[in-house]
Amino acid sequence: MLAEKYAARIDQIFSKYPTKRSAVMPLLHLAQEEFGYVNEEAIQQVAVLCDMDPTQVQSIAGFYTMYSERPKGKYWLQVCTDLACALRGADKFHKELKEHLGVEEGGTTEDGLFTVEHVMCLAACDKAPMLQCNFHFEENLDMDKMKARIEAWRAEAAAEKSGAKKASAKTKA
Amino acid sequence: MKTMNIIYREKDIPNIREYDVYVANGGYDALKKALGQKPTEVIDTVKASNLRGRGGAGFPTGVKWSFIPQSEPIKYVVVNCDESETGTFKDRQIIENNPHQLIEGALIAAYAIQATAVYIYLRGEFWDQAFDLDARIEEARKGGMVGKNIAGSGYNCEVYTHVGAGAYICGEESALLESLEGKLGQPRVRPPFPANKGGGLYGEPTVINNVETLANVPWIITNGPDAFKKIGTEQSAGTKIFCVSGNVEKPANYEVPMGTTIRELLFDLAGGISGGRQIKALLPSGGSGPIIRINGNDDPILDTPCTYEDIAAKTGSILGSASFIVIDETVDITWVASKVTKFFKHESCGKCTPCREGTYWLDKTLDRIMRGEAKESDVDLIANVARNMQGVTLCALGDFAANPIIHTIKNFPEDFKSHIGAAKTPAAPKTAAAAGD
Ligand SMILES: Cc1cc2nc3c(=O)[nH]c(=O)nc-3n(C[C@H](O)[C@H](O)[C@H](O)COP(=O)(O)O)c2cc1C
Ligand code: SF4
Ligand code: FES
Repeated sequence: MLAEKYAARIDQIFSKYPTKRSAVMPLLHLAQEEFGYVNEEAIQQVAVLCDMDPTQVQSIAGFYTMYSERPKGKYWLQVCTDLACALRGADKFHKELKEHLGVEEGGTTEDGLFTVEHVMCLAACDKAPMLQCNFHFEENLDMDKMKARIEAWRAEAAAEKSGAKKASAKTKA
Repeated sequence: MKTMNIIYREKDIPNIREYDVYVANGGYDALKKALGQKPTEVIDTVKASNLRGRGGAGFPTGVKWSFIPQSEPIKYVVVNCDESETGTFKDRQIIENNPHQLIEGALIAAYAIQATAVYIYLRGEFWDQAFDLDARIEEARKGGMVGKNIAGSGYNCEVYTHVGAGAYICGEESALLESLEGKLGQPRVRPPFPANKGGGLYGEPTVINNVETLANVPWIITNGPDAFKKIGTEQSAGTKIFCVSGNVEKPANYEVPMGTTIRELLFDLAGGISGGRQIKALLPSGGSGPIIRINGNDDPILDTPCTYEDIAAKTGSILGSASFIVIDETVDITWVASKVTKFFKHESCGKCTPCREGTYWLDKTLDRIMRGEAKESDVDLIANVARNMQGVTLCALGDFAANPIIHTIKNFPEDFKSHIGAAKTPAAPKTAAAAGD
């Protein structure tokens, strides 16, 4: 349960606002962090926390594009292909990135690591081509740099996986 | 041509983002000075400076503050850091590199209207920046500049951040308030206006200002309104940050005195047009303002001073948020119209029929034109659809969406014509720039 696991953070969020309802967006962000996406469980728990109807929370989650109602890859890559970036080659970069990873627009690689989609302006137009990976900026990119980043992410994921295996082996022993 | 850093002080003082460095360089002195004055005096100073809102509309800031009824016990200042207009990236640089100047400016505004709290609304993608800003607010609190009894003055004010979740419409002030209240980010019917009881945040009188607007305030309090008016022109006082993007050699933010010419900005500062090519068009206010036709690098229109009044009178466009998207000779303006339309179609909140349906039809028809499947009458059709969206919607997004169509067709009819009956025209232009070299 979010309420127990993140009690201090949730208290801190509520302390900002005179109404519980104002906490719905930060709590949805928190829930997405916890569950990987905004699932039924997340909606229910946030609704209870904010004293809201679950359908209201659902409609908030549906309105804002950063809340994902489906699981994404471990690395959610959002490439800006809006005008200012497109004038500096962002469409081509986006296309090559999809080809390199072998995914369609909005799709996730078979290993579950990468989701690629295009988004509107991210306030980084002077650093195009650029993308956000899990909402962190990656800027002044080209495909060579991107391939290196992808390898680093793959290595990171593999290390986490073997680390997790070791950890679970330890607990068993 | 030189930049002038009232706001981007990190260019002169590295690490000004840290509280101690900021304070060592006069930081928070303006707040202390303001706290020693009557709130109305502070409002009068800002009024006298002619500071105008940097969020796009250019509304006089001091006048906006004076609308707040002083008698109400609860009032708010809301900082607009939604920054989602295509081509706009100036506020991000402020919160990343000189965050205390924003916090200080917001607190001066808060004191002037006797607000009980400041909320800084950041677009959701400024996730890392919001965490950093929280840390800066805590630094200021430790220094006695935020919270109870600020600088020993007896004035109390909290500063909070609030993070959005991806919706351009939340930059519109009434949608922003809805979003902050935990509702769908859709604009409100006005009146009541945010300054009025019943119209602001949680129904309380509220001032909403852009990040850049508020970051100007400490300088004005310290140096006085006359010094501020000496920079720029009578109607456009101070510096302005220009976000220069697109087909220039050095895309970046440039803070310059208002009145700097377009040519100085694009050629002296931004290094000229990419690859030594010729300029074809300029969008001075991101995707939402009318496009300016420029016939190459010798066009005298490039000598237009960048002020609210000159851009309006001499180019027929608007200064707006000063997001200068530069477009070179290789770019097909039909493609530009299509890109911008996709943005507004995606960002329409769906509340008004003309905006929701209009952007849908514009996008669909532009796609057909781009594929070479349209008749000449389709171009007239979209111009008509766009005209019918103007002035009939709840918020300005409806007009913003109509602008690119009306002005691209008016200023570049030949680009649209080139697609008529040309079944083989590629869907995306094979221009050097757009193809990405
Ligand atoms: C669709 C739409 C989007 C807007 N987006 C922003 C924005 O991202 N940032 C901003 O400061 N103002 C934005 N504005 C303008 C705000 O509504 C408001 O006028 C501004 O924040 C007021 O601050 P100022 O007086 O300091 O300029 C937007 C307006 C509209 C209609
Ligand atoms: S004009 Fe468009 S964005 Fe604005 S309220 Fe109407 S539908 Fe929403
Ligand atoms: S257009 Fe891509 S970040 Fe602005």
